[in-house]
Amino acid sequence: MATHEFAAHASHAHEAPQGFIRKYIFSLDHKIIGLQYYFLALTAVFVGMFLSLLMRIHLIWPTAALPFLGEIKPETYLSLLTMHGTIMVFFVLTTAPQGGFGNYFLPIQIGAPDMAFPVLNMLSFWTTFLGFIVLLAAFFVTGGAPLHGWTGYAPLSALQSAGPGEGLGADLWITSIAIFCIGALMGALNFITTTLDMRAKGMTMMRMPLTVWAWFITAILGLLAFGVLLSAGILLLMDRNLGTSFFVPLVTVNGQLTGHKGGSPLLWQHLFWFFGHPEVYIAILPAMGLCSQLLSVFSRKPIFGYKAMVYAMLAIGFLGFMVWGHHMFMSGMSPYTAFAFSIMTMGIGVPSAIKTFNWLGTIWRGRIRFTSPMLFAIGFVSLFVTGGISGPFLAQPVLDIYLHETYFVIAHFHLIMGVASIFGIFAATYYWFPKMFGRMMNEPLAKLHFWITFVGAYAIFMPMHYYGMGAGLRRYSQSTEVAYIHNLLPLQKFITYAAFVTLAGQLIFLVNLFWSMAKGQKAVDNPWEATTLEWTTATPPPHDNFGGQTPVVHNGPYEYNVPGAPRDYVMQSDPAVTAAH
Amino acid sequence: MASFSTTATIEDPRISLGDDGILPPVLIGGGDSGSGPGKPDYATRLRRARLGLLVALTPILMLFVSFTSAYVVRQGLPTLDPNTNLLVRDWIPIKLPTLLMVNTFVLLLSSAGMELARRQFLHEATLVSSRSGPGAASVDPVKMPWLAMTLVLGLLFLFGQWSAWRQLAAHGFYVSTSPSSSFVYLLTGTHAVHLMGGILALFVAGIASLFRMAVVRRSIVVDVTAWYWHFMALLWVYIFCLLEFAR
Amino acid sequence: MGLVLMIVIWLITLVSTYFFLAKTWWLPVPASAAAAGIDHHFAVSFVLMGTVFVAAQLALGVLVWKYREGGSASKVAYSHGNATLEVVWTVLTAVLFVGMNLMSSSIWASERFRAAEANAVHVEVTGMQFAWYFRYPGPDGKFGVTKPELEDASAGGEAALGLDPKDPASKDDVVSGIMVVPVNREVEVILRSHDVIHSFFVPAMRFKQDAVPGLAIHMHFTPIETGDFEIACAELCGLGHYKMHGIVRVVSQDEFDKWLAAREAEKQ
Repeated sequence: MATHEFAAHASHAHEAPQGFIRKYIFSLDHKIIGLQYYFLALTAVFVGMFLSLLMRIHLIWPTAALPFLGEIKPETYLSLLTMHGTIMVFFVLTTAPQGGFGNYFLPIQIGAPDMAFPVLNMLSFWTTFLGFIVLLAAFFVTGGAPLHGWTGYAPLSALQSAGPGEGLGADLWITSIAIFCIGALMGALNFITTTLDMRAKGMTMMRMPLTVWAWFITAILGLLAFGVLLSAGILLLMDRNLGTSFFVPLVTVNGQLTGHKGGSPLLWQHLFWFFGHPEVYIAILPAMGLCSQLLSVFSRKPIFGYKAMVYAMLAIGFLGFMVWGHHMFMSGMSPYTAFAFSIMTMGIGVPSAIKTFNWLGTIWRGRIRFTSPMLFAIGFVSLFVTGGISGPFLAQPVLDIYLHETYFVIAHFHLIMGVASIFGIFAATYYWFPKMFGRMMNEPLAKLHFWITFVGAYAIFMPMHYYGMGAGLRRYSQSTEVAYIHNLLPLQKFITYAAFVTLAGQLIFLVNLFWSMAKGQKAVDNPWEATTLEWTTATPPPHDNFGGQTPVVHNGPYEYNVPGAPRDYVMQSDPAVTAAH
Repeated sequence: MASFSTTATIEDPRISLGDDGILPPVLIGGGDSGSGPGKPDYATRLRRARLGLLVALTPILMLFVSFTSAYVVRQGLPTLDPNTNLLVRDWIPIKLPTLLMVNTFVLLLSSAGMELARRQFLHEATLVSSRSGPGAASVDPVKMPWLAMTLVLGLLFLFGQWSAWRQLAAHGFYVSTSPSSSFVYLLTGTHAVHLMGGILALFVAGIASLFRMAVVRRSIVVDVTAWYWHFMALLWVYIFCLLEFAR
Repeated sequence: MGLVLMIVIWLITLVSTYFFLAKTWWLPVPASAAAAGIDHHFAVSFVLMGTVFVAAQLALGVLVWKYREGGSASKVAYSHGNATLEVVWTVLTAVLFVGMNLMSSSIWASERFRAAEANAVHVEVTGMQFAWYFRYPGPDGKFGVTKPELEDASAGGEAALGLDPKDPASKDDVVSGIMVVPVNREVEVILRSHDVIHSFFVPAMRFKQDAVPGLAIHMHFTPIETGDFEIACAELCGLGHYKMHGIVRVVSQDEFDKWLAAREAEKQ
């Protein structure tokens, strides 16, 4: 029977709130707030997937009339892809891993009773929620949603007359992103303060689980990056509505002068990508931290190279701020600057490679348990490798001349963000579901979901590399006008059919999730026999996380199969087994 | 294993420490959701609030760093004049109203008042918490001329900024008139919005005794707002220098 | 489960690698002087990164099969890592990545760090929602002034660009809807846009450059094959982005001279 030590404090139970509103709507409990973020992201991902489904249908049947929506016009296609990108990047990938699971488990994994500022935490969720509503509103106003892509390059995004949807729809889009920035910054504040100031006794920085390190570094990235995006949004709103010329030079649209002059489209790109590049690391780091966690738990072996993993994440975070120009090789930026950015970009590939080697090293000579979280973690490694390998191609300006703006780029970022990071979210769901809801998810359904999604994702995104090698361009609503692109249509057909199957497979996940919440088999406190602090407490955890007691930590987070220990795992709060790592 | 020091740069108030000079571990039931047994003590809450503020100032700084870089880039940027097929620069420096210099002094004065208020509240809270524990009822009334003075000067600053805008408009410089005028409105406006947040916090602290907010809690609000206020004052000095000297 | 996983990972890896090796969908036939070097570097990158890809995926497959619980592997090897190994693979990765980049940078430098040659053909390429216009400077060798207020797309090439009829340098400018250039001679393009960002992309020439409003970007390439080569706009520019399509027509020097002379004669 495991004995773990708790500090001998009297049981001062934190008063739980009463009433439905305070308990579930405006809850100050980080666990409820985490679930709120999670379900927001779940809604957003199905909206985003639906948009991509419409896009895929349109690409192979451009003249098809869909029920209720009719024929999708070229500008509608562009607004679909704009909103798809915006919803997925912000309201799924920046929300579920960090706001969802981070909020729920960071305090527990460090032995704290809550986040540092619970009221701020509650506000950060509702701000994010408001941002989502404002974004969706863009679909319903005159002109509809904007068509300028999630990257919103000026002057296309800065001129109300540049296209349908560039009126009120674009203003709502910018406003929603600005609101999101504020919500994200509030969240980052909480994560950083909590990690620095509320760790339980014995929980030194180098004993924190890698999930906590990932959430912490992600929060720092967000803290530094979202302010810049906010500034860009403010300048863009001013150009659009107040007649300033930050981004718009002397141009005409449809033969009409716009009244702007002297502005720089490249300035928008610099500001946007200074945020945009750290953003993609914000999207992937939590999944990396979780992957490390899961590979260790389910190989029954410590993570290979804990310190190297920490330094690699720090390096990725730091270097992530120095490579933004690699999105701008073709933009008219100086070729000397491009060269400098490309060297830095190759540099950032190194810590990612280190992490991959260490993941393989963790599995090596372990004893693997193929639970559904482990399957998704293994899938993550495979997908991250595939998506990462296309990076060094794009990082070389000479090759980017050809590959920029082709489907090769879409393949690259979807494999990493749109699949690997999503696998992180799935893995986290299957792993932490017992702790959050007190029940197990259905394993056979979970495994079926894994296989369909793993094979399906490769079937969708691997062919996009070939489409890109054939110079197939992105953001083209149809391929009928350019002969060489039209010749690539069979690839698009294959991708669309693969997408039908894969998207349908996600319904299995949805069914499993909700059915298991109601009727899943009851879970014990530590069903995975894992060592981190969340598994020492009740399932689900009580309001103050540890039932009136404070854990004291004596061990690192990955003590599996310690030679001489009575069983194959040692909890962090068990008596000390190792003196040093 | 090295333990990461969380309070290395944050000045702790002189609250009684444990025997070995280390603050006691976090008591459970933390957070700012109300008073009662099991809350973290005053020193911890103050430290945590200050840490939170330090973190919060970072994105604000990044916002203005971003605006600065846009300013520098826009100032130096040549653009193609299609009438001549040549690259030209269209930056015309703008002369700032003298009122902005006066406003600077007002804000610096308010910062001085803010600091006096901060120390006053800290002193009161220290007395209260060492005497009878963190949850003690309000001992008040604290005479707060300093807080009121800061509030008045802050509002005076904002009024001064508004007047400076009207002076600019009277001379024909609106937000879209030229790139340099755009930046004047942008930088002063964004700063003013942030200062309003500080004023709101002061107002809340000022009328807090009416809601029987505990002295210790009010002192934390004033302390954090004070550091925020000083940051806003320094930020203003920076903005002013940028607009005045980097024309 | 470990075996199935290994087989699936291996299959996906080998099938996808096959299509890269077979070049089933690939770069078009190279038509510019720079293309050979670029294509060679593509090949080098594919070999290097492809090897890493295959090795990593196959290794992952083997590991998940070999170390499955209940398999023949012996007890777990408790280990927190190996510092030497970390250093070794960090250095190797850095050498590979940076080395690959430095190899390509000489091509980048030769294409982009130098200005066009003195005897290059000058063509101003202007993107506008949603068409490309190509302007030649005419016998005086100078591009005339364009005025935004004079733009009128419905009245043909010169008017669409807003050429100022009062400017003597404009009178002899030739505006064409097709970009005609001579083979084996450097072409300098001056990229401009009148409204939003477009991008001039000729896959066969391995040439791409954004056309940014407010800038006139000078760039060059040398066609080495005759024929018609498609231009596709490569930066989202609005609802007509997908049909902003053009042609680069590479002809012999003689044919080019004849074509240009005929067009210039029309302007007299």
